[in-house]
Amino acid sequence: MPAVTETIETVQAVTDSTYKWGFETDIEMEFAPKGLSEDIVRFISAKKEEPAWLLEWRLRAFAAWQKMEEPRWPSVKYPPIDYQDAYYYAAPKQKVGPKSLDEVDPELLRTYAKLGIPLREQAILAGVEGAGESPAEGRMPIAIDAVFDSVSVATTFKDRLAKDGIIFCPISEAVKTHPELVRKYLGSVVPQGDNFFAALNSAVFTDGSFVYIPKGVRCPMELSTYFRINAKSTGQFERTLVIADAGSHVSYLEGCTAPMRDENQLHAAVVELVAMDDATIKYSTVQNWYPGDAEGKGGIYNFVTKRGACRGARSKISWTQVETGSAITWKYPSCILQGEDSVGEFYSVAITNNYQQADTGTKMFHIGPRTKSTIISKGISAGHGQNTYRGLVRIGAKATGARNFTQCDSLLIGDLCGAHTVPYIENRCMTAKVEHEATTSRIAEDQLFYCRQRGLSQEDAVGLIVNGFCREVLKELPMEFAVEAQKLLQISLEGSVG
Amino acid sequence: MLEIKGLTAEVDGKPILKGVDLIVPQGEVHAIMGPNGSGKSTLAYVLSGRDGYEVTGGTALLHGQDLLAMEPEERAAAGVFLAFQYPVELPGVGNATFLRTALNAIRRAKGESEFDAMQFLKLARERMKALSMNDEMLKRGVNVGFSGGEKKRNEILQMALLQPKLAILDETDSGLDIDALKIVADGVNAMRGPDFSALVITHYQRLLDYIVPDRVHVLMGGRIVRSGGPELAKELEAQGYGAIQAAA
Repeated sequence: MPAVTETIETVQAVTDSTYKWGFETDIEMEFAPKGLSEDIVRFISAKKEEPAWLLEWRLRAFAAWQKMEEPRWPSVKYPPIDYQDAYYYAAPKQKVGPKSLDEVDPELLRTYAKLGIPLREQAILAGVEGAGESPAEGRMPIAIDAVFDSVSVATTFKDRLAKDGIIFCPISEAVKTHPELVRKYLGSVVPQGDNFFAALNSAVFTDGSFVYIPKGVRCPMELSTYFRINAKSTGQFERTLVIADAGSHVSYLEGCTAPMRDENQLHAAVVELVAMDDATIKYSTVQNWYPGDAEGKGGIYNFVTKRGACRGARSKISWTQVETGSAITWKYPSCILQGEDSVGEFYSVAITNNYQQADTGTKMFHIGPRTKSTIISKGISAGHGQNTYRGLVRIGAKATGARNFTQCDSLLIGDLCGAHTVPYIENRCMTAKVEHEATTSRIAEDQLFYCRQRGLSQEDAVGLIVNGFCREVLKELPMEFAVEAQKLLQISLEGSVG
Repeated sequence: MLEIKGLTAEVDGKPILKGVDLIVPQGEVHAIMGPNGSGKSTLAYVLSGRDGYEVTGGTALLHGQDLLAMEPEERAAAGVFLAFQYPVELPGVGNATFLRTALNAIRRAKGESEFDAMQFLKLARERMKALSMNDEMLKRGVNVGFSGGEKKRNEILQMALLQPKLAILDETDSGLDIDALKIVADGVNAMRGPDFSALVITHYQRLLDYIVPDRVHVLMGGRIVRSGGPELAKELEAQGYGAIQAAA
């Protein structure tokens, strides 16, 4: 893992700013009026020029939401959210949707450049022939959909992907170009009334990514979406739908950042994955929303519903997440293991430093026979951070020979933070096998001293030890993301020791 | 040259070092011997800057630099290396990563260029060959699942890579069989030269058959009570610490 050395270099380069994505882009925006009502739902739907069925769908979600209550069971504390005091639609002003990066506001492109997003892939869009086919410097190309506040602003490599019949576009576009697919699958894994935040999202979602991989196709590159909240007092409600048809394979990456603001901002996304027979979906997230300052002021409230359905036999869905940002993270990427011999995996690293709170984990529903799930969760708490693993493994009566292995490890740095593990296991099948292991440890003084005696600074030593602690999860990430994630881990823990 | 004058230190408020005076000229290897609880390991930790070892008086200079004013990592950069009595495990941290990170941290502190993965591997393999060590050790987690002998050899490998000016070996011989002991001794002897000095802390004469010291000091009750040539170690082996205590 030579990347650790890079981690150290990076940290040294950013010693003066702990959250380097905290800038704001000055761009002309269009807002819907503040607040949430049926009119706003209609407004969003009209803005998106949506068909009547989708407006109906949204209105049903809104009606459900109005009757629901915010969940109180997570181990997180925050003042009541005034849902009427936020904007539910903010979009960079543009007459028509951009056809290529050339038509995108250059200020926006500069933002993404600052974020280090390889929208340099714009070279390909700009017509540099062959750039897409031969990965430069041994790097695989990554197709990117960039979502800025409420709208998708750019998608790269679309044409290359279309050659294989792959659809990768903003979901608002898919509604128009592939209505049959969207209508069939939208809400089929996370129904509108699933939970408070999913209902909210279903009513007001503005954009997100849509992916369809046809039968037998192995997606030739990583697909990626970068989410950026920019406008003030704006909630971001993106909706992602990934469908992997029989025998197909796709790896999808998701990255998130936001400017530094004093007030909290709401983020409530929904991600739905569907895997048919023998299909594999690998979904990786590096979540780095603004976590708030050292006193716990500001930061993103991240209430996300992610769920995948392994509908087909031998299908596989693998979630990998590195959660370093957000003031509050509430998130349980789950798998419904319906197809026989289907496989669900959840690999997670969650860091809470300063006053961050995370209540995260997974749910594995074993329905089909011989379904298998693996859960590896690494929670790291520092400062006043509170970190809860909450997980459910449910094995149904027909899931004969089902297997689950769960490992939850917590690492504490300092003595003001907390780690909590809340595993639920429900087994209705005699032949199933469920294993659960959990550990809680501290970074030991002798480990730190050993590293420092060898010349590492205290913070580099913590970074090295934490990266080691998370290794089983980090190795699941695609290479480029793994490097990024290691840097993030270290940056997130700056100032946590000594 | 290491110059220690009137060094006193306590642990949890309990005085352990009660005025240590010691000079190790450049290029020399000195042995520190003494019974359990005499303060040998405390001296090693005080010189390397471990938390919880409170210096209450005296000085320790390495080539004129005030060691006691530095952070542990600054001492490492200044050339202090401690071979641990109980090397620490770092789960999930690859040995190669750790060694390269340490090497580059020290090279950076010295203003030297850092080694990339290829340069590092080449160097590490060279040094490992010289120490009769298997490449396999680079791939494993730092000290995780290592036998006692492997841990000590790993310490010697680190020393060979980091090229310190002053190596402190804290009972490196404990728990080693005779073959491992020879490998460790060969590693130290290979370092010997005008720019390298060492403090070899040991309980027994045995290690000193292989690393022949220029001087031997006896540490008892937190002070150096006797110093002499290599023959002093043999005398201790024959007569025990009791005789010295009686004489002192």
